Amino acid sequence: MIFDYLRDPAHWQGDDGISSLLATHLGYTMGALLVAAVLGIPLGLLIGRTRAGWRIAQVLNDVARPIPALVLLVIAVLLFAASILPVIAALALIALPGVVAATARGVSGVNKPAVTAARALGMSGFAMLRSIVAPLAMPSMVFGLRRAAVQIAAAAALAAVAGAGGLGRLIVAGNAARSYSEMFAGAILIAALALLLYAVLGLLGYSARRRSRQSGSGEMRGIGSLHVG
Amino acid sequence: MKLDWGWVNDNLPMISRLTAEHVLLALLPAVVGLIVAVPLGYLIFRIRGAGRVVLALVGAIAAIPLVSVLVVMPLIINRPLFDPLSIGASLAILSTMIMIFHVITGLSSVPGSVNRSALALGYGRVRRLFTVELPLATGPILGGLRSVVASNIALVTVAVLVGSGSLGRLFTLGLRESSVTPIMVGLVLIIVLAVVADLIIRLIQRGVTPWVKVRPGER
Repeated sequence: MIFDYLRDPAHWQGDDGISSLLATHLGYTMGALLVAAVLGIPLGLLIGRTRAGWRIAQVLNDVARPIPALVLLVIAVLLFAASILPVIAALALIALPGVVAATARGVSGVNKPAVTAARALGMSGFAMLRSIVAPLAMPSMVFGLRRAAVQIAAAAALAAVAGAGGLGRLIVAGNAARSYSEMFAGAILIAALALLLYAVLGLLGYSARRRSRQSGSGEMRGIGSLHVG
Repeated sequence: MKLDWGWVNDNLPMISRLTAEHVLLALLPAVVGLIVAVPLGYLIFRIRGAGRVVLALVGAIAAIPLVSVLVVMPLIINRPLFDPLSIGASLAILSTMIMIFHVITGLSSVPGSVNRSALALGYGRVRRLFTVELPLATGPILGGLRSVVASNIALVTVAVLVGSGSLGRLFTLGLRESSVTPIMVGLVLIIVLAVVADLIIRLIQRGVTPWVKVRPGER
């Protein structure tokens, strides 16, 4: 049966067991998401302030769209090694344009009178960023991170093609061994991880939207760009 | 880093076969997605309240990684794993989900005043859909198609995980032989494909909605 591989406790143990592959996959995903957020959010906050900057972010995101994750992973592994840092760097690079563009879109959508009023009240640049711009841009930022998380969790499956482990390993090895139940185990776990991240960041986005009191219209506009993994 | 043109010359038949496969697998599912998403999107748009629930489901399906769909699809349509039909169907499902959002965005962008004017002029629901709403929504819908095609061009390479063709093969080949030539050839072909596809859809967009100006970064 197709669930056999998943149900057999022996397959969860050892260096190539499901537990270890899952841990690697999670490590890649969380590491790359963190790097993409730490680099992408400040960059988006910075360039989203001008109309030209926002445009540039959108164009870069469009240009990056057809570049396959696989090619970045392969290049990273060839240049460095099939180890954790090159893989995380490649995965973060895949998600970066989306995070920057979503953050910049959020900043560019901030209500101008709110900014003017804050300035008139004598708010400094940092205080304004902290209490006006960031909260209002938050829904779009979280949306960008949600997209990035799903994208990275899916792309991390390709690390196995480059010999760097992760849940994709079950699919590659299962395909080589003609074991459909092993491939199925990989497929289910990768999907579960992506959907878990999608749901968690969705809840975060919901609370951010409530806090910024900008009702759900942005959700629909942005979600088309979720086609990533 | 030097490109090995001899390798390119020797492997031209394989390269062109993989390119053709890549083009078909990226474009056809996007077109299927467009055709299926227009009626589905209109339906979800019309039922508003319940539509939100359906839309949440559509969003969740769109978030399923292609790898997972690729592995499960053969089970559903009873085909071999690396079968082009199974890969195409997987991409078509994901493309449809995304296109539904673009169709709804397009329909929502039609100003209420325009719709009410048409109503006041005695336009029925069907006539309004075909002569007012759809023409005005065409811009965002085709813009969405452009982004889905671009994404598909990248996503097709994921099929190497189930041992299928497409230009993704050139990347795994380059990795196996530690050679940059196949990788660069694959990357350049993918970029050319993406640019040409984008240009063609832009031309169609210009042809069917001459009143819309498309600037870079907009869709």
